[in-house]
Amino acid sequence: MIRLLSMLAVLILGVPAMAPAQSGPLRIEITEGVIEPMPFALPGFVAEGSGAESLAADITRLVGEDLIGTGLFRQIGPEAFISQITNFAAPVQFADWRAINAQALITGAVSTNGSGGVSVKFRLYDVFAGQELGQGLQFEGTAEGWRRMAHKVADAVYSRITGEGGYFDSRVVFVSETGPKDNRAKRLAIMDYDGANQKFLTDASSIVLAPRFSPAGDRVLYTSYESGRPRIYLLDVGSVQRRVLEEQPGTMSFAPRFAPDGQTVIFSISEGSNTDIYSLNLSTGARRQLTSSPSIETAPSYSPNGSRIVFESDRSGTQQLYVMSASGGEPTRISFGEGRYGTPVWSPRGDLIAFTKQNKGRFHIGVMRTDGSEERLLTASFLDEGPTWAPNGRVIMFTRETRGEAGQASLYSVDVSGRNLRRVPTPGGASDPAWSPLLR
Amino acid sequence: MKQLTKVTLLFAAMGLAACTNPDRFGAGAGAGVGAGAGAGAGGAYGAGGASDPSSPAYFQQTIGDRVLFAVDQSTLSPEARAVLDGQAKWLLANPDYSAVVEGHADEQGTREYNLALGARRANSVREYLTALGIPGYRLETVTYGKERPIAICSEESCYNRNRRAVTVIAAGGLTS
Repeated sequence: MIRLLSMLAVLILGVPAMAPAQSGPLRIEITEGVIEPMPFALPGFVAEGSGAESLAADITRLVGEDLIGTGLFRQIGPEAFISQITNFAAPVQFADWRAINAQALITGAVSTNGSGGVSVKFRLYDVFAGQELGQGLQFEGTAEGWRRMAHKVADAVYSRITGEGGYFDSRVVFVSETGPKDNRAKRLAIMDYDGANQKFLTDASSIVLAPRFSPAGDRVLYTSYESGRPRIYLLDVGSVQRRVLEEQPGTMSFAPRFAPDGQTVIFSISEGSNTDIYSLNLSTGARRQLTSSPSIETAPSYSPNGSRIVFESDRSGTQQLYVMSASGGEPTRISFGEGRYGTPVWSPRGDLIAFTKQNKGRFHIGVMRTDGSEERLLTASFLDEGPTWAPNGRVIMFTRETRGEAGQASLYSVDVSGRNLRRVPTPGGASDPAWSPLLR
Repeated sequence: MKQLTKVTLLFAAMGLAACTNPDRFGAGAGAGVGAGAGAGAGGAYGAGGASDPSSPAYFQQTIGDRVLFAVDQSTLSPEARAVLDGQAKWLLANPDYSAVVEGHADEQGTREYNLALGARRANSVREYLTALGIPGYRLETVTYGKERPIAICSEESCYNRNRRAVTVIAAGGLTS
């Protein structure tokens, strides 16, 4: 069972109110492709009251890790500090932080109430402007949910400096892989975006593939061989109860994904030699066929407003990307570069489509505008596939598999700018990640 | 006939593969080669040895339970059709058995596309066998996409063996 924290964000009052910096110097424009990470100082959060010391240290460390992990920030080591922060309420000596070239200063305090409750507050300062950026915030949670509280702080800092939504307080559902390549066991698993708190959602008794979150993050669609053939299932993340959604005799179903309304599911059905895209209304059970070409149509993904669907088809002779209306009808081809294109996913911002591209024996994760223009390849390897978007549409996670007999799958993330390629830590092999929306 | 040689060699090597290449294929490969990947284990073929022409073991080892495909293709080569002619004859002579045709792909492709491609390959075999008189109700298809390779090097010599459709004999009727 996964319990969401009731995380109450409270504005901290009692500080001189500053006008929010609209276009001050403390700003990172992500689209410009940052070359030099912004230096910040993050003195250990003050433990207010006894018993909060280790929690304060853990939270401080994780806020730093979140920010550094974006590739947009650089943390200044505490050995360089001239001032120490021992009192959250005391005025900040900006000159001391300017002297070490800290552009941003994050201060915080952690307190516990003796019955498991934890309170975390923080302030973000624009050191060179000599003022606070936004207002202080306070989060209430529990000691076991300390990581989420740290992610919330880091999301607020990231968001204020970049002007984008955050993505640290989020989770990833994926396929955990063990065993050799020719006898691999696959289980659904869920974890925090940074690989922490991994839990299994299914056992290893049948192959499972390509889980996808509902828009609220409370349910997961996936494909399983539980019945002996691929069929799509719906799993409730809290109760871990699952049910099969499609069991037409003689058919196989796979590649499910939610519509933004959380009520409609799109997926592929293979019948005979043909694979087409269907939609299914979860409340009424009404099923609708959206494509009817004799070729392979699969990997559908809705636009964030639900009006259009991008999918892959080999109707031209090779796998290419097409966009059609959510009600079906004649699709428009959008991929025209060299090679083959598959697994398109519409960005939550609506501006880009991420995809897998195969060309000259290499695999790439790439992005293009929704009309197919401005294609950019972000990665290249023996086998990269299956992009999923961070909730803010700025980072993409995907599967990378190494070649050969000892080949292993693992998760990687990369900025939409193509920078900051990182391996996402998982205890074993991992594939088919799907990023949740930002948690509430 | 390069292809034919490979196919013939493959059949000859079947059942030996696990012993001749123990490091390469590991423990799981015996079952994978024996009964087709994923589905039942080799033990399901209990009764009747490979010398009994009405045994599933004979079907698997002597007639040949699999056909191979070119990259991205689901069309049957002349060699594949020759194998399937033998399979059809056996199925006609042994009407108590049903079969599941498993379609597979190599790892050079995205997961979803390979599932659809495996379905196409399994269906090619099913259509060919039904055209030779095997009733459709005795033949199910299932795709494994790239999920169940039997050869695990990342070279054409392995890919070639993974792009396959395997006819797995099941006693009695099909369950679903």
